[in-house]
Amino acid sequence: MDQLKRAFGLLWMLLGFAALIAVILMAQAEIARKPTADTWIQWGVFVGITLPIAIGLFLFGLFAFKGEYDRLPTRSSEL
Amino acid sequence: MEKATTQAPKGIRQVIWASSLGTLIEWYDFYIFGSLATVIATQFFPKTNPTAALLSVLATFAAGFIVRPFGALVFGRIGDLVGRKYTFLLTLVIMGGSTFCIGLVPSYESIGFAAPIIVLVLRLLQGLALGGEYGGAATYVAEHAPPNRRGFYTSWIQTTATLGLFVSLGVILITRHVLDGDEATSIAKFNDWGWRIPFLLSIVLVGVSVYIRLKMNESPLFSKLKNEGRTSTNPLKESFAHKGNLKMVLLALFGATMGQGVVWYTGQFYAQSFLENTCKLDFDQSRTILIWAILFATPFFVVFGAWSDRVGRKWIMISGMVLAVFTYRPLFNEMQRSTVPSLEVSAHTDSPTPTLATAASTPITVGNSTYWKLVGIVFILILYVTMVYGPIAAFLVELFPTKIRYTSMSLPYHIGNGVFGGLTPFIATLLTTVYHNDVLVGLWYPIAIAGVCLVIGTLYISDRIDTDITN
Repeated sequence: MDQLKRAFGLLWMLLGFAALIAVILMAQAEIARKPTADTWIQWGVFVGITLPIAIGLFLFGLFAFKGEYDRLPTRSSEL
Repeated sequence: MEKATTQAPKGIRQVIWASSLGTLIEWYDFYIFGSLATVIATQFFPKTNPTAALLSVLATFAAGFIVRPFGALVFGRIGDLVGRKYTFLLTLVIMGGSTFCIGLVPSYESIGFAAPIIVLVLRLLQGLALGGEYGGAATYVAEHAPPNRRGFYTSWIQTTATLGLFVSLGVILITRHVLDGDEATSIAKFNDWGWRIPFLLSIVLVGVSVYIRLKMNESPLFSKLKNEGRTSTNPLKESFAHKGNLKMVLLALFGATMGQGVVWYTGQFYAQSFLENTCKLDFDQSRTILIWAILFATPFFVVFGAWSDRVGRKWIMISGMVLAVFTYRPLFNEMQRSTVPSLEVSAHTDSPTPTLATAASTPITVGNSTYWKLVGIVFILILYVTMVYGPIAAFLVELFPTKIRYTSMSLPYHIGNGVFGGLTPFIATLLTTVYHNDVLVGLWYPIAIAGVCLVIGTLYISDRIDTDITN
């Protein structure tokens, strides 16, 4: 099970990266299609919120890949 | 140690009542703005004026996606520094005050640009307050509850998000029909000035809730920490800059709240939007169907919350996501197929991909049997919501230590629900505009997110119930 958790870690890292690229490409396409201020704001917000989430997913994958989720802490002193 | 978390039945009932009522009112306040978006737009954000329309976009996107998680950080921090009771009292006052004030703002026609700017600021305050409320209420109840009943007691808080929608829909529907004996005149009056009533009503509800909450004591676990001088000095840093805790925040987000958020929004909001916009059901029927489904499904929040005390939180939440992933398309397909008999006719003619938009361009009303069939389908969708949402407060509370619990659980909750869940209608509509031939294409977003979340949840989340949340 631990090996599986670690292997999937790679997938989460890739998924985080892919999500960010996908949103940036969509934003570019939508802004090019309709270059108005509200399109800029809307897609600016989406890229802005996707960035930390994508980094978070990448980090989650990295932690999983390094085996840091093999055993979850049971006491706050372990956090 | 455990004595600190155990209350006499009467005491815990008061804690649940005080916390749930306030949270329900906050949800009511937040929903009425969304439910009345069309009316509000005509009053404050006229499309003929580009700047006003721009402010409307800001009000829509910023309140849900940016301000809610920001509110989670701001009030989570205050809650871990000052205490749970005063923090969620503050969020209630901000929410109630903002909602009441929206009901008082003169229209764009009366005061020009000041109107949309004031409404935008008030909407942002609503989002900020909502971001701080839930974590406080869930933490407060959980820290009063006995370990073996934590899922059951916190599930009452979980009912409030759905009941808030129920109350908001009910108040709007009633107000819309009682302003005049003639239905058309009543609706016209509602669109003109009657829409303000649900906003103004909020101040009464908030007043009652503040009075009840003022009489409550601080959480026993937090009081104990504070008396011992062991509260956090920097909850934000301890929550997100310490790797050990950050790992749990990420696990909570990607393994639980992300999937829960999309299941919630699909079951309650996308379903109603689908009935109204895709199936072309009329305004009243699309809402009363949701009201009945909510009424029948709401007790299951408590059922699944209580059950999670016995079998663990994980598999109940995961089962809800599995059911959502595999049955969303058949269920929505059945909704679509049931609503317009003429569609069945057109499906057998020359149109290879009939859509409801072409079959019925004006709102339709369905007969009794179809109506109750739709209630049944939406009930199933909300049942999935109760499975993923009922146990999640107890799950989140048990994941984090007392001194940074409010901050740590609020952020993943509001990113999961506000961002992942809140994006559901937008992305679903976006997909529909790209792939015209499949009216169910919008469902791939919640299916994909819930699918990823259930894999992460299954692999990485522990099914252990943490009986001692004092550490």
